[in-house]
Amino acid sequence: MDKFMFGRYIPGHSWVHKLDPRAKLVMSFMYIGVVFFANNFWTYLVMTALLLVSVLATAIPIGVFLRGLIPLFWLMIFTVLIQVFFGAGGHVYWQWGWLSVTHNGLTSAGLILMRFVLIILISTILTFSTQPLAIADGIESLLSPLRKLHFPVATLALMLSLALRFVPTLMDEAEKIMNAQRSRGVDFGAGGLRQRIKTIVPILIPLFVNAFNRAVDISTAMEARGYQDGEQRTKYRQLKWQRADTISFIVFVISLSAVIVIRYMS
Amino acid sequence: MATDITFNEVDYWYQAGSPYAVQALRDINLNIKPGSFTAVIGQTGSGKSTLIQHLNALLKPSSGTVTIGDRTIDATTKNKHLKPLRKKVGIVFQFPENQLFEETVLKDIAFGPQNFGVPTDEAMTLAKKMALLVGLDESLLKRSPFDLSGGQMRRVAIAGVLALEPEVLVLDEPTAGLDPRGRLEIMQLVTQLQSEQDLTIVLITHQMDDVANYADHVIVMAHGEMVKQGTPRAIFSDADWLESYQLGLPSATRFANQLIKAGFTFDPMPLTEDELADQLLPQLSKEGHDHG
Amino acid sequence: MAIIQVKNLSYKYHNSDTLAVDDVSFDIQAGDWVAIVGHNGSGKSTLAKLLIGLMPAQEGVITIDGQELSEQTVWQIREKVGMVFQNPDNQFVGATVADDVAFGMENRQVDRETMQERVTYALKQVDMLDYQQREPANLSGGQKQRVALAGVIAIAPKILILDEATSMLDPRGRREILQTIKRLKDELNLTVLSITHDIDEAASADRILVIDDGHFIEEDDPNSIFSHGSALIEMGLDVPFSEKLKLALSTRGLDVPATYQDEGSLVDWLRTLRSTK
Repeated sequence: MDKFMFGRYIPGHSWVHKLDPRAKLVMSFMYIGVVFFANNFWTYLVMTALLLVSVLATAIPIGVFLRGLIPLFWLMIFTVLIQVFFGAGGHVYWQWGWLSVTHNGLTSAGLILMRFVLIILISTILTFSTQPLAIADGIESLLSPLRKLHFPVATLALMLSLALRFVPTLMDEAEKIMNAQRSRGVDFGAGGLRQRIKTIVPILIPLFVNAFNRAVDISTAMEARGYQDGEQRTKYRQLKWQRADTISFIVFVISLSAVIVIRYMS
Repeated sequence: MATDITFNEVDYWYQAGSPYAVQALRDINLNIKPGSFTAVIGQTGSGKSTLIQHLNALLKPSSGTVTIGDRTIDATTKNKHLKPLRKKVGIVFQFPENQLFEETVLKDIAFGPQNFGVPTDEAMTLAKKMALLVGLDESLLKRSPFDLSGGQMRRVAIAGVLALEPEVLVLDEPTAGLDPRGRLEIMQLVTQLQSEQDLTIVLITHQMDDVANYADHVIVMAHGEMVKQGTPRAIFSDADWLESYQLGLPSATRFANQLIKAGFTFDPMPLTEDELADQLLPQLSKEGHDHG
Repeated sequence: MAIIQVKNLSYKYHNSDTLAVDDVSFDIQAGDWVAIVGHNGSGKSTLAKLLIGLMPAQEGVITIDGQELSEQTVWQIREKVGMVFQNPDNQFVGATVADDVAFGMENRQVDRETMQERVTYALKQVDMLDYQQREPANLSGGQKQRVALAGVIAIAPKILILDEATSMLDPRGRREILQTIKRLKDELNLTVLSITHDIDEAASADRILVIDDGHFIEEDDPNSIFSHGSALIEMGLDVPFSEKLKLALSTRGLDVPATYQDEGSLVDWLRTLRSTK
């Protein structure tokens, strides 16, 4: 659990930390969209430069970002190998039965790997620098036009924020239950698949039962505090779009437009 | 062979080696003797819970060694061979009713021994014995543990650990959240286990009266360090020192301190109401007794 | 007039044969602190939930601040009653301390500026202002209960119900929250109804109601209730130390007063008996 950095929030006061979550969400989505337009050296150079500047602006050491890539290492290797061996066309460097390494295969593997890394890193910037709750707020705010279509945006947002609120609590609980069962002689991670599945039951059942009891308590407490589903509520937490958001946003729009322009010019 | 537990210069770091490493234990040296009743006291967050997870090698020291019986554990010990220790040292965690999962009370109690290779029918016999030992009514054994009251569920959980037939029983605040009757019954059970089943007891508690009434050795934890250990009498002799760690005195000792201000004298300081009454009586004038 | 009036209240859980609350009637005067005690499973918590309409009673009438509890009035009544529950984690719904305090106000559609003022005010009252941006995972149980209390204060209720609010806390957390409640009760003129096993909490009350098997078996001031000595255990209360000591002395042949004495008066009494030779 310790080494699992992907999707984790790292507190800080950097330029990026202070940005409005809506700005960060929209910029990340735009970036991911434009990654698929990048197709040559110059476009990738712009994308990489933009990413590097963003990473630096988080004031989080680059090493921590790279560690975030570790859990996805095998997935990346796998994708790259598929591309290398099954990508066809161009000069054939090596062939063995239906497996071949071709020029086009290598190029597309390189492209895929590059896109993969860029997309992961830009999402990591978002999660490292933004509290999960702020992301939820941002999503709610971005979805708010859907309210006109009677889409229950506020209820969904509350559910999301409650879920996020209880993630640490449930993780804690899972650990306690695992310790208790380990003390009763359960060997996690030992034996074959069947054995392993059997060891999950003594964790999942208590975890589920406790979560259910918790949910009953929480809904009672919420009702006692005046919560009625579907009723209008005011909002304590509000997002504020600031100059830094506008500036960052413009930088992104210009850089990303440049990528598209370069692509169609060359 | 009787199991005794020795900590030698134990340090423990959570998330060791990461930028978020936090030291939870610092230079712990202690010994838990077979047959003893050791109380561990200290504020929430003082390292008590981390400490007890070393007692059955759920955690391994980051540096230093923990010796449990004839096994010595250090940072390099492989996880594979730790299981037998869990049978020697049983831990009842806080709110242990949260670990129940089986269809029936009996099956849940039998779960532990089965993990150690005890055949099903033997485990069931053992489970029944332990259920009766902790005071569960026989009519409850075929019921789902989730249908029981909170106090009964806690007994089921304790029986589930006892079924491992450990030599050392560790209890982390076993009375938390119970009503006074439930608390009293659980503490009576614990002392009964120590005397009748020859168990070594390690009790984590915030109840100084329980420490005074039952323990023969006390370990005081603060900020991840063991700041003092000794007999309850030695530990409770310095009220100001305890106060500096936000810890209180047993009721009898606290009350005796009030009586000292009223001119009474005590030597040694009483720890229980019986000790207090014994010392108080000779200091009272005759008329008091005559009516008795 | 009584701020809480309960007449012939009964409640049965659908999966049970016996009444959890059995024909209970009582009045609580505005500004009073009343403790309801009883061992686990005696019906105490059911009673608390009935009082703010979290479950509809099968029989009986509950009147809060002159308003009879019904499906139509339940939301108005909840404006007047704040409740703190047992488990510190399961009532903390906000992502941060400040968010949690604001939750009740958001439900009442209080505007944002007023919310900000009242969040600050309420957190100051419970001495948690420095923690307003903290997440619940980084708070102790006692701190979470203080935040819950702040959430109640923020909606300015007339009545505070504590449903075993200190039972999961360590002694220090328990002491601190009890002090805070005592102060708030006086400053804000609250009526307090506390459901408890804690002897110190019960001792803070003006009156104690003892419930067993769903009905009241006794109602008196704390001193009279505490004079029951070891029988208190069956009522879901600890025996006060002064009573334990008196018992120990009387078994050694000393004639002890039958009425309850708190520790201070027991010291005084013993002082008069001290032989001066």
